[in-house]
Amino acid sequence: MSAEFLLAAAALLPFFGSAVAAVLPRNARTTAALLAGVVTLASLGCIAALYPQVAGGGTVVQRIDWLPTLGVAFVFRLDGLSWLFAVLVLAIGALVVLYARYYMAPDDPVPRLFAFFLSFVGAMLGIVLSGNLIQLVVFWELTSVFSFLLIGYWYDNPSARDGARMALTITALGGLCLLAGTVILGRIVGSYDLAVVLASGDAIRSSPLYLPAVLLILMAALTKSAQFPFHVWLPRAMAAPTPISAYLHSATMVKAGIFLMIRLWPVLSGTDAWYWIVGSAGMATMLVGAWSAIFQHDLKGLLAYSTISHLGLITLLLGLDSPLAVVAAIFHTVNHATFKASLFMAAGIIDHETGTRDMRRLSGLWRAMPYTATLAMVAAAAMAGVPLLNGFLSKEMFLSEAVDNLGEHPLHLALPVLATLASAFTVLYSLRFIRQAFFGPPPHDLPKAPHEPPRYMRLPIELLVFACVAIGLVPNLTIGPALESAVRAVFGDAAPAYDLAIWHGVNAPLAMSVGALAGGVALYVSFGRRINSNPRGGPWLMDRLDGGWLFERGMSGLVHGARRIEVVLGATRLQGQLRALFLVALAASVAAAFGAGFFAMPGATLSPAPLAGIDPVFALLWFVGAACAVGAARRAKYHRLSAVMLTSGAGLVGSLTFVWLSAPDLAMTQLLVEVVTGVLLLLGLRWLPKRKQEIPAPAAEKARARRRRITDFGIATAFGAGLAGLAYAVMTRPAPEGIARWFVDEAYPQAGGRNVVNVLLVDFRAFDTLGEISVLGVVGLTVFALLRRFRPAADSLERPKQQLRQEAADHAHEHREVGDTAADTMLIPGVVMTWLFPFVVVLALHLFLRGHDLPGGGFAAGIALSIAFVLQYMACGAEWVEERLRIRPIAWIGVGLLVAVLSGAVPWLFGNPFLTASFQYAELPILGKIPLASAVAFDLGVVVLVVGATVLMLVALARQSLRRQREASTEAAAETQA
Amino acid sequence: MEIVLSLGIGVFAASGVWLMLRPRTFQVVLGLSLLTYAVNLFIFAMGRLRVDAPPVLDAGAVGAQVSDPVPQALVLTALVISFALTALFLVVLLAARGITGSDHVDGGEPGP
Repeated sequence: MSAEFLLAAAALLPFFGSAVAAVLPRNARTTAALLAGVVTLASLGCIAALYPQVAGGGTVVQRIDWLPTLGVAFVFRLDGLSWLFAVLVLAIGALVVLYARYYMAPDDPVPRLFAFFLSFVGAMLGIVLSGNLIQLVVFWELTSVFSFLLIGYWYDNPSARDGARMALTITALGGLCLLAGTVILGRIVGSYDLAVVLASGDAIRSSPLYLPAVLLILMAALTKSAQFPFHVWLPRAMAAPTPISAYLHSATMVKAGIFLMIRLWPVLSGTDAWYWIVGSAGMATMLVGAWSAIFQHDLKGLLAYSTISHLGLITLLLGLDSPLAVVAAIFHTVNHATFKASLFMAAGIIDHETGTRDMRRLSGLWRAMPYTATLAMVAAAAMAGVPLLNGFLSKEMFLSEAVDNLGEHPLHLALPVLATLASAFTVLYSLRFIRQAFFGPPPHDLPKAPHEPPRYMRLPIELLVFACVAIGLVPNLTIGPALESAVRAVFGDAAPAYDLAIWHGVNAPLAMSVGALAGGVALYVSFGRRINSNPRGGPWLMDRLDGGWLFERGMSGLVHGARRIEVVLGATRLQGQLRALFLVALAASVAAAFGAGFFAMPGATLSPAPLAGIDPVFALLWFVGAACAVGAARRAKYHRLSAVMLTSGAGLVGSLTFVWLSAPDLAMTQLLVEVVTGVLLLLGLRWLPKRKQEIPAPAAEKARARRRRITDFGIATAFGAGLAGLAYAVMTRPAPEGIARWFVDEAYPQAGGRNVVNVLLVDFRAFDTLGEISVLGVVGLTVFALLRRFRPAADSLERPKQQLRQEAADHAHEHREVGDTAADTMLIPGVVMTWLFPFVVVLALHLFLRGHDLPGGGFAAGIALSIAFVLQYMACGAEWVEERLRIRPIAWIGVGLLVAVLSGAVPWLFGNPFLTASFQYAELPILGKIPLASAVAFDLGVVVLVVGATVLMLVALARQSLRRQREASTEAAAETQA
Repeated sequence: MEIVLSLGIGVFAASGVWLMLRPRTFQVVLGLSLLTYAVNLFIFAMGRLRVDAPPVLDAGAVGAQVSDPVPQALVLTALVISFALTALFLVVLLAARGITGSDHVDGGEPGP
């Protein structure tokens, strides 16, 4: 297997595993854990196997083109730094999987947890392995999304939901900033490729865009790694299951921000902006975190603030503008991940086995769980920086950085004191953690009787603590080579020299370490009791500074502000919205016309219109058309039937205009569409409320309506005048040489059709037509679905007056059955319509077959055919038709779409693009020479779909009255039975 | 001819817009229909007006001067789609009337 393959496999395996875990049954706890473990270990194996390639400062790159025109590629890139982080992510991930298997309760939906977990692992690996900045941003946001899902895993718990929401809001906001910063960076460098960006540090630092870029990127890094004042999300994320907290806040998530700062350190650091932002953010976070950690009563809360403090320390190191500090930062990142993960796990065990995490209730657990207590003590000692453990080594490096370069920067002056102070705080809260949980009198009234956890739940902690000790004792044999290659990956040949030895002699850092240890112990001895009984609950001095409260205030302010804007700018009434829409459209078109110099255009440029003379017949035709339109507008409120007829009249005038002005296809289609639209509207009339002109309205209402009508009249007139003016202006100007010429010239040679409009629809622009018929099918189905749940208003339920009158007449005559009059009324039209059926079908067939060469085509044929069906419904009633003719319009829609798509897909078999048409002429008996274009198959799909959609809509509407009657009669039957 | 057609388009559009601004759903549906006619004719007119020159070619004719087929093809599909949308609006208005008991576009009679 090639190195590149291993790399891509390592990066993608977790996502595959996640997809599999997502479909496991809800109670498959062990299977899901096994899957997650195997996937994580396999990825780890792939990464570990690549170590020889990166050990000497080399890189492994797997590149897959993604958006080549934008310079965005999918690049996986592994070097020493990303190797170290990837191993951290995967190794601790594997341990967390094992731990979570025992931590989670059997009735939790554990496969879902592991599905999210594996996706999160994949996203995290994606960040560290990205060789392209855009790709990095994508994975960055994915970690935000999946951490949201993980934190909110117990979504029936409100604090989990709130914590998840806050984490997502803050980190995703950072992610957006990162995207913006990355785009700026890409603009400066001219490439998003990480290798190119890393090689252009000087260009970036000297660019005028440096400051915005660095601000945006740091915004992302600082929010992700919970730096003050964005740290508020991290303590609230503790509502997650403890294995997830152990993972998110030790090796991943928060370390993504650290990773980004280390990754871009060579190109972004070395400026005052970097120094001040990163350095002061880190310093503030370190102190605030450590101070707040002291006052927590919740074990996980203490660890959360301690995490914030350590992240602050790492950030501070990265801000110090010294390569050695970066080495210390990388080293401390690893150490913090090991001891913090084990401490979280220990806290989880305590919670799991005693039922509480409150340090004031816990006590003397040493007796019940000596083994876990020992492990936790070692890990806490590593956190406090006790010698011979890994935390001590990196803390020494930090302290020696703190005293080096003294006075070079203003921040450095306070650094030694503040660093010692923070270390003393760390000792204090570590001591408090151990003392409260494990020592003191035996615990009483705990929710559960404490005991040691299952063997394998403890194993991850054992391994992590072993790592703490091993790194602490023999750093050069354990972490040494990996750290070396990571440092080399950041600095190249300019890597600083450093020494991982335990003993550096008696020097200032050692003195500060000892001082911090002694100070921490002394502080705990003097204040421990008072901290436990701290009445105010929060940290002293800072209890008024509640980040969560500020965050909630900000969020509710945003929502409130948005509502205010909505009240000011929004309209709840559709009528007003539509009016506003028309006004905006009007204003925009007037402005556009001004902008284009439309009004300034001198009349001289007008050429005489091609059809300058006015044909009196045409004028008369349009006089009728205009009268129809105005009449429809006037009568639509109280006289719906005549309004429908007048609208149809206007449509007919349009159709005749198409005939007159050389558009036979349009004329035909418009005529046919007019028929079905008319039928449709008539079917709808039955369900509308009766409206009487005589109902008096109050005077105020009348005046308001009058004002509204005057305004609307103005808008409508302006619209009509504008459109008329625009149409006239265009029509009296010569047409530019558009694309029409090409279509006309090539219709026959290339598509074998003489009807250019049809050729355009089924061949040249067939893809558009495919879209249109899909819309038609979707609308048909929507209409059908809406009508299935249709509940008419109560006053439309009674049968129409005319029907009642007919039935009364039937009753009155003794020789007549009820319903005879209705049947008689339709007797002659019914016979005519029944006999028309074959003729209309033949007409439709004719329209379809000649469509390629003469006016006609799929749309016209389809509507004609559906008219044939609808006529039968009108003549004989739905029941009569459906007894004889089995129409399944939904199947027609499906078949039509399928035929159209398949006829487009066939060219693929011959290596041609989708919807490539070919044609041939064939001699058929009787019919003569007819074209056999493959486009005809496509057109057939159009016909079938149009028939299906049209019939579906009309029949579904028509059947409503039948259904009403049926339901009414069953209700009546039920009543008589009762 | 151009002046007649553009005036006609204007009247159709004005009637359509007027109806669309009315409060009753059925008026809006009819208004939409009328506005559709106007817009279809407008788009068609963008290809300029020609008499007796349908874009249907004679056999063997080269370089024929026919009316512009592109707006016609656009309008042809628009006709069918507008039918579908009229149907959709009609059914939505019927359903809204069934649910709200009113045929006002805002789902209820305007308050004082």
